[in-house]
Amino acid sequence: MFGRLTIEALPLYSAIAMGGALIVVFGTLAVMAAITWMRAWGYLWREWFTSVDHKRIGAMYVILALIMLVRGFIDAIMMRTQQAIAVNSDGYLPPDHFDQIFSSHGTIMIFFMAMPFLTGLINLVMPQQIGARDVAFPYINAMSLWLTASGAALVMVSLVIGKFSTAGWTAYPPYSGIDYSPYVGVDYWVWAVLLSGIGSTLSGINFLVTIIRKRAPGMKLMFMPLFTWTTLCTSVLMAFAFPAVTVVGVLLELDRVAGMHFFTSGDGGNMMNFANLLWIWGHPEVYILILPAFGIYSHTVSTFSGRKLFGYTSLVWATCAIAILSFTVWLHHFFTMGSSANVNSAFGIATMIIAVPTGVKVYDWLFTLYRGRIRFTVPMLYTIAFIVTFVIGGVTGVLLAFPPADYLMHNSTFLVAHFHNMLIPGALFGYFAGLNYWFPKMFGFRLDERWGKRSFWCWVVGFYLAFMPLYMLGFMGMPRRMEHYDVAAWQPYLVVAFLGAVLILVGLTFTIVQIVVSVRRRAELRDPTGDPWNGRTLEWATASPPAPYNFAVIPTVTGRDAFWTMKADGTAWRRPARYEDILIPRNSAFGPLIGAIAFVLGFAAVWHMWWLVALSAVLAAIVVIIRSSNDDTDRLLPAAEVERIETAWLAEVAAAPRPVDEPARGVPSAALPGAAT
Amino acid sequence: MSDATRIGEGPGRRSYLVGLVLALALTAIPFALVQFRLAGTTATVVAIALAALVQVVVHLRFFLHIDFHKTPRENLLALFFAGFLIFVMVGGTLWIMFDLHYRMMP
Repeated sequence: MFGRLTIEALPLYSAIAMGGALIVVFGTLAVMAAITWMRAWGYLWREWFTSVDHKRIGAMYVILALIMLVRGFIDAIMMRTQQAIAVNSDGYLPPDHFDQIFSSHGTIMIFFMAMPFLTGLINLVMPQQIGARDVAFPYINAMSLWLTASGAALVMVSLVIGKFSTAGWTAYPPYSGIDYSPYVGVDYWVWAVLLSGIGSTLSGINFLVTIIRKRAPGMKLMFMPLFTWTTLCTSVLMAFAFPAVTVVGVLLELDRVAGMHFFTSGDGGNMMNFANLLWIWGHPEVYILILPAFGIYSHTVSTFSGRKLFGYTSLVWATCAIAILSFTVWLHHFFTMGSSANVNSAFGIATMIIAVPTGVKVYDWLFTLYRGRIRFTVPMLYTIAFIVTFVIGGVTGVLLAFPPADYLMHNSTFLVAHFHNMLIPGALFGYFAGLNYWFPKMFGFRLDERWGKRSFWCWVVGFYLAFMPLYMLGFMGMPRRMEHYDVAAWQPYLVVAFLGAVLILVGLTFTIVQIVVSVRRRAELRDPTGDPWNGRTLEWATASPPAPYNFAVIPTVTGRDAFWTMKADGTAWRRPARYEDILIPRNSAFGPLIGAIAFVLGFAAVWHMWWLVALSAVLAAIVVIIRSSNDDTDRLLPAAEVERIETAWLAEVAAAPRPVDEPARGVPSAALPGAAT
Repeated sequence: MSDATRIGEGPGRRSYLVGLVLALALTAIPFALVQFRLAGTTATVVAIALAALVQVVVHLRFFLHIDFHKTPRENLLALFFAGFLIFVMVGGTLWIMFDLHYRMMP
């Protein structure tokens, strides 16, 4: 009945694990109690959980990402604490628990923090940037969200029931095979990755079709805002790379439960093919994470310099080049596996070539800043910190691309420092910039600047303190994932890294404070016009938050920076001659339902409750068939209702005071002497 | 999506039936080869790979109605792009794994 689930699955083996479990349980109960106390269940269900509106789905993705960021960070600071004290001692974490923590840290940060964060921002912004009313498949969009959430829920449940994987976030066999990891940890990893992977694949296809098919009239590909371009490339990577991780997860699970030998020695199995297949997904994945951030920086750098983006065409081609090249370098993650010099050098050279288009981008951003009228807002600060810090990470990456150098550095903390250097200042700072930049589009008010800046400084300084010592420790020979060590010379560096983590903790706390303070000051920070930063692209042409249909009249696009042009020739915020009825997709309970069924399926599979696996698979199929047979999925918003919403908003725009630090609305900013605009 | 892909217009039931028969045959051949051991190991592996490739073409032609003349150019481009990526992934994998195999022979 319950498979291998017994009372022993509760984490009674360690006080710390028990504490983690209790925090999860009581945290969930507290949130549920708070919702009940505010009588918000009905509202949340009707307006949010069942919503198929891309803005709402985007906001829910971002909230999921922020929650998982906290969880992933707690893992990180626990590791830093352990390593700061564990010289010639056991520290406070037993090895088995420490291994679970580094495995869940990586899994969470990639799959359940970064992926939802970027998917959320894309959802929120991309359809508005191309002048569309929604994504191509709104219901599949909701399904992607809830599949991702069910994967995240599986990882969280592993804290309370059973254990998580100890095989690292990449789960290499043979260690992740049934012989060495017989318990449920690796199964939790596989099912969490599979469920969220299906969600990501569907998201990728959805965004791709949206960009190809739903652009406003006149918006040629080379008129698209850069964030839309990076989304296009990221979607291609998602659609083509994620199937690889799905396959590799299924094969690993077949090895584990069905006694097959894809990745175990025997019957022709080969464990090295796991690394190969995993990184066929894994390397495009890091570009899936970074490309949307590149898009965000391109917008913040141009908006807050008051200048047109420098080298738009080169940025587009650089993005496409990076996307293609990202499929040709995966072997650099396992140079040391023993390939011949020919294979290693081919992949090493391909890796170094990626630095070229990335370098083009850095120069484009610098030239956009050059002689710009720079406003040091929070997104701009993140952008500047990114440009400086990311170059350091890029240089260490090129260093690692040399196979002989990689032989010395692989599996050391130098590598850990390198990829955190790419993913924190590269991807995460971009998401934070995007969050600060587009938050008004999400909820209708800006985020508080003061707390945003405090948080920014803690994150940046904390990052340098936490990861620069790891570069040095890598040179000193420290391997990654050490539970304890006996080299006293490492400890001072690890203490500094721990202090960096503490500073990041302060930064993370300030981020939360920033959100709370902004919610309390929301009347003051309200964005009545929908264009709080004097933006250039079409997402600023809608209200904040946008009406369900985004654009009452689909705009006609004649060039790049469409909204800037509209403001310049006075066609922005103009009342159309007449409004028309608009079809919008109706909310649907099938999204959360599919997510719930997927969660039960995953949980049952982890614990070998095969009857429940079969039952939920059948249920999922039935639910999909019922939904697919429903032809009545849209509702009509009458023209009168559209007119009421639009009139109220346009009145607010007319009454809005003009911020002092901005050039006059509707007039292109005056060019500085010598500066091309 | 081109109009030809709507059921009821363009390719009729015949096309689907031809596709179905071909797909079944291309599935039966590999199974028969393995079940009745009709050929040596290498020949069997090659035959299975070929049957799989032809199977892909059959699906594209008879079920997805890809046609070099009627299908819009952008759809064909997307298909070629997919083909290129598959070539990189499968070709790269074969290169890497055979290289390793060669180096690990006793």
